[in-house]
Amino acid sequence: MNKKQEFRIEILKYLEKHSRVDLGELGVLLGAEETDVANEIAEMEKEKIICGYHTLIDWDKTSEEKVVALIEVRVTPQRGQGFDRIAERIYNYPEVNAVYLISGSYDLLVTLDEKSLKEVSRFVSEKLSPIDSVLSTATHFILKKYKDHGTIMVPKKESERMLVTP
Amino acid sequence: MRSPLSKKIIEVQPSGIRKFFDVAAEMEDVISLGVGEPDFDTPWRIREEGIFSLEKGRTFYTSNAGLQELRNEICNYMERKIHVRYDPKKETMVTVGGSEAIDVALRCMLDPGDEVLIPQPSYVSYLPCTIMADGVPVIVELKAENEFKLTVKDMEAVVTDKTKILVLPFPNNPTGSIMTREDLEPVAKFVEEHDLYVISDEIYSELSYKGEHVSIASLPGMKERSIVINGFSKGFAMTGWRLGYCCGPHGVLEQMIKLHQFAIMCAPTTSQYAAVEGLRSCEADVEEMRKAYNQRRRFLMHEFSRMGLECFEPFGAFYVFPSIQEFGMTSEQFAERLLMEEKVAVVPGTAFGECGEGFLRISYAYSLEDLKKALARLGHFVQRLRNER
Repeated sequence: MNKKQEFRIEILKYLEKHSRVDLGELGVLLGAEETDVANEIAEMEKEKIICGYHTLIDWDKTSEEKVVALIEVRVTPQRGQGFDRIAERIYNYPEVNAVYLISGSYDLLVTLDEKSLKEVSRFVSEKLSPIDSVLSTATHFILKKYKDHGTIMVPKKESERMLVTP
Repeated sequence: MRSPLSKKIIEVQPSGIRKFFDVAAEMEDVISLGVGEPDFDTPWRIREEGIFSLEKGRTFYTSNAGLQELRNEICNYMERKIHVRYDPKKETMVTVGGSEAIDVALRCMLDPGDEVLIPQPSYVSYLPCTIMADGVPVIVELKAENEFKLTVKDMEAVVTDKTKILVLPFPNNPTGSIMTREDLEPVAKFVEEHDLYVISDEIYSELSYKGEHVSIASLPGMKERSIVINGFSKGFAMTGWRLGYCCGPHGVLEQMIKLHQFAIMCAPTTSQYAAVEGLRSCEADVEEMRKAYNQRRRFLMHEFSRMGLECFEPFGAFYVFPSIQEFGMTSEQFAERLLMEEKVAVVPGTAFGECGEGFLRISYAYSLEDLKKALARLGHFVQRLRNER
C-alpha cells in the first residue's frame, strides 16, 4: 500500500464510525493538514468510494413502527445478464433497503424496511414472487438488533476502573 | 512491646498517588485523567478463551515458570518484536504482572549495599522494591530538555564501583518518553564499561508511535546483561488478569524461577490460557488500540499547543507530561486546585520522583469524548490562573 492509499484507508476507517467529525479535528487525529483531508474526501466522494453519510438509528427507541425483513430469493439467472437485471428490478423499489448476491443455497438476499408485517407480505406476494425469474422466496423478520454496523445496541455498563492508578 | 515491623518497610514511603485517589473518589462528576490502565476491554477472543479454559476445568497450578505453550508463544513474540531469540525452556518465566518480575529480578540480583540506578520520573515500584531487596537506590534525574531520555552524562554523575543494576523504564510512565536505537547505543556501552546489568521494563513496548520499539537486549552484547520485562496489561488491555513475563540469561532466570516458585507458585492459570490466544491472534486488536491511542495523543498535543501549555512530544505509552512551571505552583498544588475547581483529576509529576516537580501526568487512556470534556475544563483553569497573575 502506498502513502496515499494508507491515508485514504485511515480517513475511511474513521469516517465509517464518525461521519460527523469536524475535518480540522480529523486532521489533528491523523497528524495531517485539514486541507489534505478535505481534498482526499472530496476525491473519494467523486470516485464514489464514499457513497453517502448515514446515521445509525435505534428505531426501537422511537415511536416509529418499523419492521425489518430479510428475504432469501432463489432466481433463474438470465442469459447474457446473469443476476444483474433481476437484481435491478428488485432494488428499484424504494422500500427495498439492500440487495446482495449471495453464494450458497439461495441467490439474492433482499432486506426490506416496512411499517408492518402486512406491508412486507404484500410486497413479497404482489411484487417479488410474480417476477418471472423468481423461483422461490423465504422471508425472515428481525426480532431484535443486538449489534448493527459494528455497534452494540444494548447499553454498555459503566466503567469500573479506579479513578487514579499509578 | 517491640515493633512488629522491619526497618526496611518503615523506610519505604507510601505512593503519593494513593492520597489523591482518596480525595477524587469522594467527589462527584470528576473526570479523571489519572488512570494508568487502558480504557479498552480485553479483546473478546482473549476473554472467550479464558471462559473456555474455565469451562474445561483448567483450574490447576501450571508449572512454576508458566505453561510451556505460553512460554513458546512469548519467545516467538519476542523474536518477532525485538528480534532476540530466547530459549522457551530456560530463558523465560511467566509472572503475576510485570510488577512481580521487577520485584523478583531485584531480589535475585542484589546483595546488601549494591547500588541500583533508577531513572526518574518513573513508575513507583522500582525504588521500594530495591530497598526491600537490600539494594541502595540511586536516582538518575531525567531532564525535560532531553525529552526525559536517559543519557550517559546523567549516569556518569552518580555511578560508583558499587553500582550493579540499571533500571531502564522505556517507553516511560509517566513521561511517555521513548529510547531509540541511537539513544540506547551509548547506554549499552556505558553498561558494558561499568560491568552493569539492565532490568529493562518494556511493559509499554506495544504503545510506541514512532517506528518500532527497540529493546536494549537487541544491541550487541546486551542480551547477556539484560532482563527484559514485559506483560499483557498495557498492550493487550489485560491489567486485571495480572499477567507478565520476563526473559533473560538462563543463570538469572533459573534463580528467579526458584524465588517465584516459593513466593507465588505460578501465575493465574486462566490468564495464561487466555494470553496464549492473545499472542497467537490478537495482533490486529492491539494495532487498533495503538491507532486509537495515537489519535488521542495527537489531539492532546494539539490542545496543549492551543492553550500555550508547554509539553515535549512523547512517542510512547499513553501519557503526556506537560510543564506547569509558568504558574509558580507545585505540581501537587496545581493538581489539587484543578481537582477542586474543575473536577479534573490528574497525577502530580512528583508522584513519580521529586524531579517530576513542575509537571503533570495526563493519561490518554480515555475516549476522545472524555478527553475533550476534560481538556475544556483544563483550558478554563489555565486561563483563570493566567488572569490571576
